[in-house]
Amino acid sequence: MTTLPRVTGEAVARIEARDKVTGAASYAADHPLDGLTHAWPVTATVARGDITAVDDSEALRDPAVLAVLTHANAPRLADAGDPMVAVLRSPHVAHHGQIVALAVAETLEAARAAAGAVRVTYDEQPHDVVLTADRPGLYTPDEVNAGHPADRRRGDFDAAYAASEITVDAVYEVTPLHNHPMEPHAATAVWDGDALTVFDSNQGSTVVRSTLAALFEVDEADVRVVSEHVGGGFGSKGTPRPHVALAALAAKAVGRPVRLALPRNRIAAVTGHRAPTIQRVRLGADADGHIDALAHETVTQTSTLTEFVEQASVSSRMMYASPHSLTTHRVARLDVPSPSWMRAPGECPGMFALESAMDELASACGLDPVELRIRNEPPVEPDSGRPFSSRHLVDCLREGARRFGWHDRDPRPAVGRDGPLLIGSGVAASTYPVWVFPSHAEAYAGSDGRYEVRVNATDIGTGARTVLTQIAADALGVPLDLVRVSIGRGDLPAGSVAGGSSGTASWGWPVHKACTDLRQRVSDAGGHVPDGGLFVRADTEQEAGGGTEYSRHAFGAQFAEVQVDTVTGEVRVRRMLGVFAAGHILNPRTARSQFIGGMTMGLGMALTEGSFLDPEFGDFTERDLASYHVAACADVPEIDVHWIDEDDPHLNPMGSKGIGEIGIVGAAAALANAVHHATGMRVRRLPIHPDTILLGL
Amino acid sequence: MDGTSEVGLRINGKPFSRVIDNRTTLLDLLREQAGVTGPKKGCDHGQCGACTVLLDGDRRVNACLLLAVSLDGADVTTVEGLADGDRLHPVQQAFVDHDGFQCGFCTPGQICSAVAAIAEARAGWPSVVTPPDTPPGPVEPTAAEIRERMSGNLCRCGAYVNIVAAVREVAR
Amino acid sequence: MKTFQYERPADADTAVALLADAPTGAYLGGGTNLVDLMKLGVAAPDLLVDVSRLPFDAVEETGTGGLRIGAAVRNSTLAVHPLVRERYPVLSQALLSGASTQLRNAATVGGNLLQRTRCPYFQDVGKPCNKRRPGTGCPAREGAHRDLAVLGASEHCVATNPSDMAVALAALDAIVDVASGHGPRRVPLTDLHRLPGDAPDRDTTLRHGELITAVELPPPMPGARSAYRKARDRASYAFALASVGAVLQVREGLVHHVRVAFGALAAKPWRARTAEEALLGEPATTASFDDAVRHELAAARPLRDNGYKVPLARRMAVSMLTELAAASAGGTP
Ligand SMILES: Cc1cc2nc3c(=O)[nH]c(=O)nc-3n(C[C@H](O)[C@H](O)[C@H](O)COP(=O)(O)OP(=O)(O)OC[C@H]3O[C@@H](n4cnc5c(N)ncnc54)[C@H](O)[C@@H]3O)c2cc1C
Ligand code: SF4
Ligand code: FES
Ligand code: FES
Repeated sequence: MTTLPRVTGEAVARIEARDKVTGAASYAADHPLDGLTHAWPVTATVARGDITAVDDSEALRDPAVLAVLTHANAPRLADAGDPMVAVLRSPHVAHHGQIVALAVAETLEAARAAAGAVRVTYDEQPHDVVLTADRPGLYTPDEVNAGHPADRRRGDFDAAYAASEITVDAVYEVTPLHNHPMEPHAATAVWDGDALTVFDSNQGSTVVRSTLAALFEVDEADVRVVSEHVGGGFGSKGTPRPHVALAALAAKAVGRPVRLALPRNRIAAVTGHRAPTIQRVRLGADADGHIDALAHETVTQTSTLTEFVEQASVSSRMMYASPHSLTTHRVARLDVPSPSWMRAPGECPGMFALESAMDELASACGLDPVELRIRNEPPVEPDSGRPFSSRHLVDCLREGARRFGWHDRDPRPAVGRDGPLLIGSGVAASTYPVWVFPSHAEAYAGSDGRYEVRVNATDIGTGARTVLTQIAADALGVPLDLVRVSIGRGDLPAGSVAGGSSGTASWGWPVHKACTDLRQRVSDAGGHVPDGGLFVRADTEQEAGGGTEYSRHAFGAQFAEVQVDTVTGEVRVRRMLGVFAAGHILNPRTARSQFIGGMTMGLGMALTEGSFLDPEFGDFTERDLASYHVAACADVPEIDVHWIDEDDPHLNPMGSKGIGEIGIVGAAAALANAVHHATGMRVRRLPIHPDTILLGL
Repeated sequence: MDGTSEVGLRINGKPFSRVIDNRTTLLDLLREQAGVTGPKKGCDHGQCGACTVLLDGDRRVNACLLLAVSLDGADVTTVEGLADGDRLHPVQQAFVDHDGFQCGFCTPGQICSAVAAIAEARAGWPSVVTPPDTPPGPVEPTAAEIRERMSGNLCRCGAYVNIVAAVREVAR
Repeated sequence: MKTFQYERPADADTAVALLADAPTGAYLGGGTNLVDLMKLGVAAPDLLVDVSRLPFDAVEETGTGGLRIGAAVRNSTLAVHPLVRERYPVLSQALLSGASTQLRNAATVGGNLLQRTRCPYFQDVGKPCNKRRPGTGCPAREGAHRDLAVLGASEHCVATNPSDMAVALAALDAIVDVASGHGPRRVPLTDLHRLPGDAPDRDTTLRHGELITAVELPPPMPGARSAYRKARDRASYAFALASVGAVLQVREGLVHHVRVAFGALAAKPWRARTAEEALLGEPATTASFDDAVRHELAAARPLRDNGYKVPLARRMAVSMLTELAAASAGGTP
């Protein structure tokens, strides 16, 4: 067999690019079906209470309306162990915006009108929705998101902090944030006897399939979930969401196919959000900036339906040398919508706090913030004492500083001026852990020389379809165009969820394994694929299921330059630069897009996105895209991205680390630090809106 | 009163006429009745641009806020109507070349919008970032101009940097 | 959205007659606000009279050198019109800073003037709101009001008018032409919108069925400069936190003519008459601008979270007037 040049590492264009630019790519609400009907949700207008009556008489007057489903009349779903999909099961309302009824009609117009005409009466109970750092009822959870312990103590923080020459003690706050993928959560469901097909928008259809099978008490083999194209998720589609259960439920109830796309202004309440955090960070250092004591204490909220704890203090356990460390999480269980994953849960808000505090420490020590970080580089991972499998934070900082022209900057705050604009720049570090989950794959060689690889990966815009094809082609030793990778269907070999930046590693590994094996078989067969083809299966239950003796993380450094308008208080970004060390980069084109996308979302978090939980109603005030401001094109400047290729043998056969989330980590801190450099003002509460600046100038 | 009307449109060059519910928006007519699902529903309230289509040439609009009944006689072009057979429209090709998308959901709207934005700048339409003393005539498609002109199309994946590069390439 | 009848009359008289007989009907312009509100259930007309294709689609010079703008002219068409760009930069800039090109391509002048507040409670039929359902209360006072009014509000309502265009028109002393069964009338733009008082459900002084047919601008002041500036949470595609439109004419260093209007501070475009009066004949300096604008804004009554609007509006107005004065002195157009 001749050796072909490797295609991993090449900037291969997305395989589905043509479909995406011509409108041919079909998303969950794009599949035409005969006899399709439409559903529209009715949502709770109280934050806590019980439904006492539902009046659907007005709604049902229109003959186009097929049903108004409520807890009282809907087919009862079995318990699938996930309260998010336990829809229309009980009269209890646990939060504002919970779906309490579903109108189903011949047309979208009729369904929406019917939903609007349903009258629900509640026995309203007092609600508790306000998070403060000192409120009663804060408790210590057993664990926080991703299975970390809530509290960790190393050494004696209090004594070390008290003895420190230089200290920083500051509280950082992040409001609730909303994922808002551009594609609303949508599903089209159709039953054929006991067999269910759903076209669903999710980040992992393997779990959607098993959940639907459990809810409807049918065989998994009878549930088909198709999710070939997904319009983003950012964590909010990582677990099955109510829309898919409702669409399937309604389709069963009316005996027709049903489509349900959640209205944009209902999404924030039922698809998760980044929980608000109040984070106190204390750093104690010597005059040279060596950190001796580090405390990061997070207060956050969860709902009465589930416990989700944003693990904001966790990255402080491993970032910097810190002999005396205290990292904790306290939670309030409130009558609010359930928080969940949003791009880099934990690391994202946590590193905003830690990296802002590092900037404050640099100021307090009179040190360059890049140098401060370099001085606190730990020899081994401080929390576990394990060696890092690879850690190139210092290289990222140095390379970034060089490219950004960091050292040419006047370090004094509030001296850069361009007319009415104050100009400043800031830096922050990024990190994200390496996750990998067991997955399965199949590879098939046809006698026509073509190959098919099957794995239930989900491409939510990451480029997974493309990079898996590259991995397969290299492992098979064949050109890219001979390989077809099928993804995005629940009946494919089980793949883990597209979350935790784990996709490429988790799916690529069994693909690599199956294809390597298949190549061997083809070779064993004398290089000739027999009629009927050759077929292999692989899984990584062993390889990916166990622990590791290494601490594995990706790192990065972000630099940003901002301008602050002294007339309006508006902060605009002039440029951003990110340098990352995330293993081997398998596709520079899609990787660059991922890094930039993360940094762009970080820009939104820092400057434009803010959400207010209304104490009176327990509802988010900014529920739509006109009031919840995700960054627009005009907000985003040139963003320059580079990486340091790492040769880390302790990861997976591809040598890759996840890249989907690290871009958002640190971005907000780099921007807030730049605002400080520009103005001399330390903004510790995001977003940095014009009012904050104006009142502080 | 029955709340329906007859409308006739051209969609990507093909006539389409039907009695419709007056409540039907152009977006829902395209997606649910004409089988044209390229235009996407990101918000249904004019807040995202995913539904952007071109009316009567290159007037870009949000199809979700237009009542189809008010458009009788209009000529509608969606992302499906841009390519010339197998040959992609230059803006489509530039989006592929610059990786101007990730999930692709905002893309049909971005591309329609970009086609119109380029035409508007060539026709001498100023934007809010065009210096007020700019003489009449085609507006130079600087990055700042393109960013402002493309701001009616949100992209949560954050593909703006590449979108701007793609649009610039075609606009030049 | 409730079912409705749709009519597209060929002329204004028929349009007016149709609505005169339909107490819960409405005119339809571009629909970018009305259709939005109908989807939300906030508006529920049973008849839509489409006025977007009435022959009010021209921008013409008037005999006196002013400009007459048909009510059906699209926002984008108006913004890029050569006469508007040349003679009324404040109007072109205000339009271009609003919404997105897609929306401006659909929105009409008439509809823009009558768009309703973006107060989040007004837009949510699940919540009380005096403007939407009189007598139910105003949760914004204690709740989310960062975007809402600091001037001219009442205990019943603190909503703001969201239009950018209307601010420019207020600064230009525009007149609104209205048709109805009772014949035409002319309403100064500054009298079109009303403050909430104890009837916040009434946004304007128009009566049901009155049709806006045109907006007329007086001739531009010779040598005057004008501009519009808007502050917002993101760089584009966002409503104003505060905005200012101004027209300034300076003669021999003294203010000869000045118009200042604020957006997003009140339920109507806020003409700064106190400041204008104070400035007349005064030196065109930052100090006098600052003084006058402070005077104007002394009437502000901010709530918990919107006090920033006062310094914001002041700084924007003072810096804009200073720039306009400098441009006048420098002689650059
Ligand atoms: C996401 C989004 C962002 C926006 N951002 C901005 C912004 O930044 N700045 C800004 O100024 N605006 C903004 N807008 C609002 C936009 O400018 C208005 O929706 C638009 O101007 C309304 O015009 P229309 O013709 O579509 O009105 P319609 O929706 O058709 O009508 C609005 C109202 O006017 C009435 N009406 C229409 N024409 C007449 C007439 N001739 N005579 C009497 N009554 C009439 C209707 O009955 C209705 O009550 C935004 C809108 C959206 C959806
Ligand atoms: S401010 Fe006005 S519009 Fe808003 S809730 Fe109060 S009454 Fe309603
Ligand atoms: S769907 Fe029309 S603008 Fe969002
Ligand atoms: S590509 Fe996903 S929203 Fe733009």
